[in-house]
Amino acid sequence: MLRQIFPAAIEIARAMWITLIHLFRRPVTNQYPDEPVAVYPRFRGRHVLKRYDNGLERCIGCSLCAAACPTDCILVIAGENTDEARYSPGERYGEVYEINLLRCIFCGYCAEACPTEAIVLEHDFALGVYDRWDAIITRAELLEPHTPPHIVVRDDSDWRPTAAAWQTSR
Amino acid sequence: MDWIAWLLIPGIKALVLIVVLLSGFAYLSYVERKLVARFQVRYGPNRAGPLGLLQPLADALKMLFKEEVIPARVDRLFYLLAPALVVIPALVIWAVIPISNASFTIAGYEITWYLTDINVGLLYVLAIAGLGTYGIVLAGWSSNNKYSLLGALRTTSQMLSYELPMGVALISLLVISGSLSLVDIVNAQQRLWFILVQPIGFLVYFIAALAEANRTPFDLPETENELVSGFATEYGGMKFALFFMGEYINMITVSALATTFFLGGWWGPFVEQVPILGVVYFTLKVAVVIFVIIWIRASLPRVRFDQLIRFCWKFLLPLALLNLIVTATVVALWG
Repeated sequence: MLRQIFPAAIEIARAMWITLIHLFRRPVTNQYPDEPVAVYPRFRGRHVLKRYDNGLERCIGCSLCAAACPTDCILVIAGENTDEARYSPGERYGEVYEINLLRCIFCGYCAEACPTEAIVLEHDFALGVYDRWDAIITRAELLEPHTPPHIVVRDDSDWRPTAAAWQTSR
Repeated sequence: MDWIAWLLIPGIKALVLIVVLLSGFAYLSYVERKLVARFQVRYGPNRAGPLGLLQPLADALKMLFKEEVIPARVDRLFYLLAPALVVIPALVIWAVIPISNASFTIAGYEITWYLTDINVGLLYVLAIAGLGTYGIVLAGWSSNNKYSLLGALRTTSQMLSYELPMGVALISLLVISGSLSLVDIVNAQQRLWFILVQPIGFLVYFIAALAEANRTPFDLPETENELVSGFATEYGGMKFALFFMGEYINMITVSALATTFFLGGWWGPFVEQVPILGVVYFTLKVAVVIFVIIWIRASLPRVRFDQLIRFCWKFLLPLALLNLIVTATVVALWG
């Protein structure tokens, strides 16, 4: 018993010392609703439909995103562009474009499948709604530039894989 | 019969003591959450009011408005009695704890900073501290739940075991001070605090006190990873809050007793000249002991039950007895 007591007492003292040091550290908590959350540029959040610089929509209504979607949460119905009502440069545009965010798993396959880079997963993660039907976001909402104040995109240009990650990737 | 001196003044003092202890409990829960959070590099409660200072109020309101649930086939009388049996002993101990030796006079009546000074104070403290076990045992038994019962059984063996080294450690003080009255024990520490005379006694008392108050690393009665919530499993709302209250007031009590027995109670610099300073010193010392208890909670994991009992009987009790024998010998030879 005595032989165990003294090493144990030393370990207890060490444990108490470590916690005491941490008492004087600055808390690492992110005060989320008050402070923005810094996400990495690769973070996949809510989708956004992009436009060209001249204001025309990139989406051509090809439905490749819907085909690539593993959970079948995207609905695209193409419409014909006319000279009076021109939405996108090509023949057709996405007249109806809906994403069911309750089904979406944010895998990003839609963005990979898109030939015109029209659909992009941006960084919003605060997607709560009071009505289940509001979880289906429509073309009008998707086309709006979406930069909510609670999210900042952090710089990852100095990011390097850690030694351990480097090893496993090889 | 002077009813003012016998009833009114003690009554008012008791009322003040209860109010102070209950608000002390409320803010102790806040302080503990805050401190443990900072130990874990978090902020802790900071939403209710400035710095989260209204958190205890919010907690109390929440507890009060919870639905009153009494599970089927519980022993109703003891189920409802148990929470009160935990809180009352924790409060009653304070009758003999001397906060300061200062006194003031109002309309010819001398008012002291303690409810009473009985000549068996130490025995009274040990006896009442033992009573707290009943509430937990009855809670476990009456809940009609295996987790409650197991938690209660653990509590019984833990509290009964740790009362022994605690008592023996305190007997050493008795040998030195020659009195069972807590006021006399504190007075004996005017020159030298007993923690310096009795470091081993203090260690034994402190460890046993942690176990008595069911604090980490000895919070076996409510090991949530194996016993859900121990004896409190079937309790909710205000009844649960009473257990919580009992536990936290016990923590204050244990700290106050450590201060009284080992840390010189109200004594400190300039107390002879300005007696009221004693109250400040006493409060500060209690706060320091409470801080250490919370610090331990943030640092140490819970011990296994067999280790707990083995440590008590095979190490703590022999150590306390040895300490007592040495103290008694020294006092007999040179005292």
